[in-house]
Amino acid sequence: MGDAEIKASSWRLVEVGRVCLIHGGPSDGKLAAIVEIIDHKRALIDGPSTNTKTAVPRQSIPLAQLILTPLVLEKLPRGARTGAVKAQWEKAGIEAKWQESAWAKKRSQKERRRQLTDFERFKVMRLRKQARFEVRKSLAKIKAV
Amino acid sequence: MGRLTEYQVIGRHLPTEANPAPKLYRMRIFAPNTVVAKSRFWYFLMKLRKVKKANGEIVSLNMIHEKRPLKVKNFGIWIRYDSRSGTHNMYKEYREMSRTDAVEAMYQDMAARHRSRFRSIHILKVVELEKTDDVKRPYIKQLLTKDLKFPLPHRVSKAAGTKLFVGKRPSTFY
Repeated sequence: MGDAEIKASSWRLVEVGRVCLIHGGPSDGKLAAIVEIIDHKRALIDGPSTNTKTAVPRQSIPLAQLILTPLVLEKLPRGARTGAVKAQWEKAGIEAKWQESAWAKKRSQKERRRQLTDFERFKVMRLRKQARFEVRKSLAKIKAV
Repeated sequence: MGRLTEYQVIGRHLPTEANPAPKLYRMRIFAPNTVVAKSRFWYFLMKLRKVKKANGEIVSLNMIHEKRPLKVKNFGIWIRYDSRSGTHNMYKEYREMSRTDAVEAMYQDMAARHRSRFRSIHILKVVELEKTDDVKRPYIKQLLTKDLKFPLPHRVSKAAGTKLFVGKRPSTFY
C-alpha cells in the first residue's frame, strides 16, 4: 500500500468573525460578519458598514441565506456587540478588501451588464468582437514566426 | 415578530361579602393574542383554584417584551404533555434569541417529534440558562464548545431547482 498524503481540508468555515455575503432576503447582496453561531442552521450576523446603504442590522439569519467569503475578522470575541464588530471591521479594511476581490468585481460587472439597454448591449458586443480580433491577430503573428 | 407573544395576566375571584378582597393570581402565558391569553388563564386557574370565568375577573393584561432580543440565549423549558397514551413531564432545551422564540421552537419540535398539538402541551416553566454548566442536553452542549466552527460542505442552491432541464449539473460547492 502506498503512503496516503493527508492534507487539511480548505473549506471555508462557519465561525465567529467569518465575513459572509447575504443571498436573498431584504439585505440581499450585502456583507456581514458572523457574531455568534446559534445552531447548525442559523447564525447571528452584524454588518456594521458606515454606509447606511450597505449596513446590515444585527439579526439571526439562516445559513442557507449566507455565502461564506474568504475574509475573516480574526480575534472577534463570541457575541461581540456592534461597536466592537465595527472597530474590527474598519481595522481589517473589510470593505476595501471586498471591493478589490475578483468576486466583487464580477458581481458589479454582472449587475452593470444587467442594466444595459439594447443599444448598449450591442456596443458591448462590438467592442468584444474588436478585442477578440486584436488578440487573434497578435496570436497569428506569433504562430507565423 | 413571531407567532406567539408572552402576556402577563392578573385575575381574581369576584369580591363577595364573605371575602371583599380576594387573592390576585398572576400568570405568564404564551399565546398568539390577548383573547387566547385570557382564555388560557381561566383554563389554568380553574385547574388550580376554585375560580372560573363566570365568578372571576381579569384585573390586568400586559405584554412582556424580551429585554435583550439581540442576544443569543439558552432556554430550559419544562412541559407537561398529553400523549395518545398518557401524560408525561418533559424538560427540553432551546438556543434562541427570546423566550417567545424558544417556546415557538418547542411547539414546533413537539409537533415534529410527537405529533402533539398546542392543546396537549402545558408549559410549566421557561428559564434562561445563564451558566453553561446548567445546560443538560447534549444537543445544546455541542453548540457551546469553545471556538466552534464547521464547514458547509454540500449546499444545493435554490436557483438549481427552478428549471426542469439545464445544460449544466448544479454546483454544490461554495
